[in-house]
Amino acid sequence: MTNHWIDLKNSDAIFIIGCNPAENHPISFKWIEQAVDNGANLIVADPRYTRSASKADIYAQLRPGTDIAFLGGLINYALQNNLIHAEYVREYTNAAFIVNEKYDFQDGLFCSFDDQEKSYDLKSWAYAVDGAGNPRRDMSLKDPRCVYQLLKKHYSRYNVDTVCNITGTPKEAYLKVAKAFCATGRPDKAGTILYAMGITQSTHGTQNVRAVAMLQMLLGNIGIAGGGVNALRGESNVQGSSDYGLLFHLLPGYLKSPEFDNVDLKAYNEKWTPKTKDPKSANWWGNTPKYVTSLLKAWYGDHATKENDFCYSYLPKRMGSYAYGKIMEKMGKGELEGLVCMGMNPAMGGPDSGKAREALGKLKWLVTVDLWETETSIFWKRPGVNPKDIQTEVFMLPAASSVEKEGSISNSGRWAQWRYKAVEPVGQSMSDLWIIDQFYKRIKALYVKDKGAFPEPITRLSWNYGEGHEPEVHLVAQEINGHFTRDMTIVDKDKTLEFKKGDPVPMFKYLQDDGSTTSGCWIYTGSYTKEGNQMARRDQSDPTGLGLFPKWAWCWPVNRRIIYNRASVNPAGEPFNPKRPVIAWDGLEKKWKGDVPDGPWPPMKDDKEGKYPFIMLAEGHARLYALDMKDGPFPEHYEPMESPTRNLLSKVQNNPAVAVPKNVSSDLAKFPFIGTTYRMTEHWQAGAMTRSLPWLAELVPDMFVEISESLAKQKGLKKGDKVRVVTERGSIEAVTLVTSRLKPFNVGGTMVEQVGMPWHFGYAGLATGDSANMLTPTVGCANTSIPEFKAFLCNIEKGGNKG
Amino acid sequence: MGMSRRQFLQGGALAAAGVALSGKPGEASVDSPEMRTKGAKSSTTICPYCAVGCGLIVHTKNGRIVNIEGDPDHPINQGSLCSKGSSLFQVAVNDRRLQKVMYRAPGSDRFEEKSWDWALDRIAQKMKETRDRTFKATEVNKKDKKEYVVNRTDGMAFFGGAGLDNEECYLWSKFSRAMGVGQLEHQARL
Repeated sequence: MTNHWIDLKNSDAIFIIGCNPAENHPISFKWIEQAVDNGANLIVADPRYTRSASKADIYAQLRPGTDIAFLGGLINYALQNNLIHAEYVREYTNAAFIVNEKYDFQDGLFCSFDDQEKSYDLKSWAYAVDGAGNPRRDMSLKDPRCVYQLLKKHYSRYNVDTVCNITGTPKEAYLKVAKAFCATGRPDKAGTILYAMGITQSTHGTQNVRAVAMLQMLLGNIGIAGGGVNALRGESNVQGSSDYGLLFHLLPGYLKSPEFDNVDLKAYNEKWTPKTKDPKSANWWGNTPKYVTSLLKAWYGDHATKENDFCYSYLPKRMGSYAYGKIMEKMGKGELEGLVCMGMNPAMGGPDSGKAREALGKLKWLVTVDLWETETSIFWKRPGVNPKDIQTEVFMLPAASSVEKEGSISNSGRWAQWRYKAVEPVGQSMSDLWIIDQFYKRIKALYVKDKGAFPEPITRLSWNYGEGHEPEVHLVAQEINGHFTRDMTIVDKDKTLEFKKGDPVPMFKYLQDDGSTTSGCWIYTGSYTKEGNQMARRDQSDPTGLGLFPKWAWCWPVNRRIIYNRASVNPAGEPFNPKRPVIAWDGLEKKWKGDVPDGPWPPMKDDKEGKYPFIMLAEGHARLYALDMKDGPFPEHYEPMESPTRNLLSKVQNNPAVAVPKNVSSDLAKFPFIGTTYRMTEHWQAGAMTRSLPWLAELVPDMFVEISESLAKQKGLKKGDKVRVVTERGSIEAVTLVTSRLKPFNVGGTMVEQVGMPWHFGYAGLATGDSANMLTPTVGCANTSIPEFKAFLCNIEKGGNKG
Repeated sequence: MGMSRRQFLQGGALAAAGVALSGKPGEASVDSPEMRTKGAKSSTTICPYCAVGCGLIVHTKNGRIVNIEGDPDHPINQGSLCSKGSSLFQVAVNDRRLQKVMYRAPGSDRFEEKSWDWALDRIAQKMKETRDRTFKATEVNKKDKKEYVVNRTDGMAFFGGAGLDNEECYLWSKFSRAMGVGQLEHQARL
């Protein structure tokens, strides 16, 4: 989230698309309802009439996978009706930037597409630059090659009738949404957009997110209280696990993991450090060399020196993608020997579970670390297989629960909050921290004793977390924060700061690229300082009244509660909305007041030191037009891989930058209904953490399939009947739930039914049932590879597997 | 004058009978059991389910959890919880929790109990064997046909982390990369 949960109360319009907070983030509704009580409009766009929709002022149904059409239509509506926040758009976005002459868009395809490689040449979308190398701009926004005009042209095709034909939304409802949400384009109004997997789980998921962000940019809704682009994250620490780089392409702090051609640290820095020639751009990622050097110092300590490139050669270099789906594909071919799952359940969580379960059987060894037996740890005795045929060696290690250990987790609003150990772990279970520590210590001992392939990255790793039985979690937290490796004097404007060797680094602006600082994750620098563990703070004061709670826990970056907050003020530093100021420039004291600003510089207007507000981009301006998306600078509507219709907007059916996989089918004779998966309050994710709890298992004991009253009538089904759901991938059995929450979609004049199902069920635990992911396709987003769980085609038959 | 809790409550019950008639506030008419949390130690925690980050209080007696409830001082949830958060007690106190290290030999139809030492030594051995066997010092890039130093372990993958603490995630990341594991992924990819 750019903002945070409590901030929802500050909104004038809350637009929920692709998430269902009343169901999946129930306590967030406390703050949504407070906004509604204060007069905010609650808008819900969803294929299903969800619990959130039941509380909405306006509900708009849309067909799964048509979010870009829906959002593109709102972008067009805001532009055509002049509802945008003009000053914000002109000054803070790249609307005024001129695009080079090669850029073009024709009938669904952007320029320079390579049909063989299924990829674009991203260079062809670059800005036009002036003699000094800076992007050219036309502040009047009239140049036909400026982003604003290209944007206007692109989305002029997304008129209300076309959009509603694609999305199946009733026109009246759509216009209500457009009017209510675009009304927040006024400087004194705030609109927030909340989304989750309904937006991301798509072959064009990243472009869905971009469409959300672009609408917010146009309405001036980013950086302000009650605004923002807010991803509602589903696991308690999926924010933290992302922050710490548990993805193939990342290192901690969103630094990129090195690629094969980043042959040394210099080449790495060259590749991943963006540059600008514009002195008004803060270009914060320009600090990349400081952060990666500090990381290497945290990992390799005294072994890491300038002379040996700070042990950069110890890091593995990637070639190609190792995204989850690619790893599963490789596993299925028997090309992987071992897998370790730390609280993850690949027999359940990914698409096409049947294939995933088969793939696990190709492993030589499998380690699962969990609180429970999971579908993954018992995959070798799952229904329908003979354990004798499966040669995988399985280690099932018992893990401690969250109340049996100490440490921090980061919520969706980036708040890192400390948890305490209340009791000893049950039985022989142990914390993940201890287990990882043991993995390391025992492997290191083997490499010290027996040598082996390139042992130095392991034997020289800095690993000093005390002498106790359990690694000292506070020492880990301190290493993450970072310290000075020698006495340092730092001059920061008019202040001279003295630091001793070993002192914690107070904030990341003091990190260095010469080895004089360490930091295990630069965005968390400041979380554990000389003043102690900031994440454990419990001060309930709220000086601004906005609900920032600046002394409750700690939030990255630099305890800034609303990021991009320099965009909440005009170029002179005055809040766009004086009633809800996030920050304001005090011209007399020459400092910002309110939230921690996005950088200390004076307002943008200041000739000498002013900076643009979007500090994480080299050009300092929010991108209405993107430069680095694999599938185009503007989000464009394409149909999901399995769709009941041709693309009504262009002749390009699916996202051209995504290869069509083998096991998809849009044969409506075989699969006439739209399938979609969802979550519910009583269960959680793959189900291990809820299906073994009697209280929750009793509330929702069975796998079910939700259908409309009209489909029930058509198929002769009633509530409680067993049914079989079938897709090109497989079939499952479930109990029928007939509700009026589901309605068929109008697809070009034909009514197409939808079939909804939770994906929480599997064969392990107390409450068991068939898994919805047996049905979902292995195809993902062009940019992130996140699978398209939300829109596929299926059929249902009365009777179930067992008849 | 001494008065036992029981007598006090009995008096309350009589008073409540009067409330039913008068409508005025008084003591509850039903005798209430002793609070489970009486004399318990308490500590705070954050919910392990979704990422709203609600606060809870864990009450323990004699090293056992007796109660978990919403933390009224927490600014986000102000004491309230959803059905999952309210069930956290059953995560901590649950017969189905794994209590022992279990091992399944290739082709076997059952788990057998093992010690931590045995399992961790064997896992370390397996990881080392796989690493040594599948370690790629260099790799040829298909596009430019050049050979590059990659120092990568291709024979294993590490999954997970969204349910781990930050400090655990950090060590997992550090350990993975030191092992040369490029195939490190977790729930954020799904």
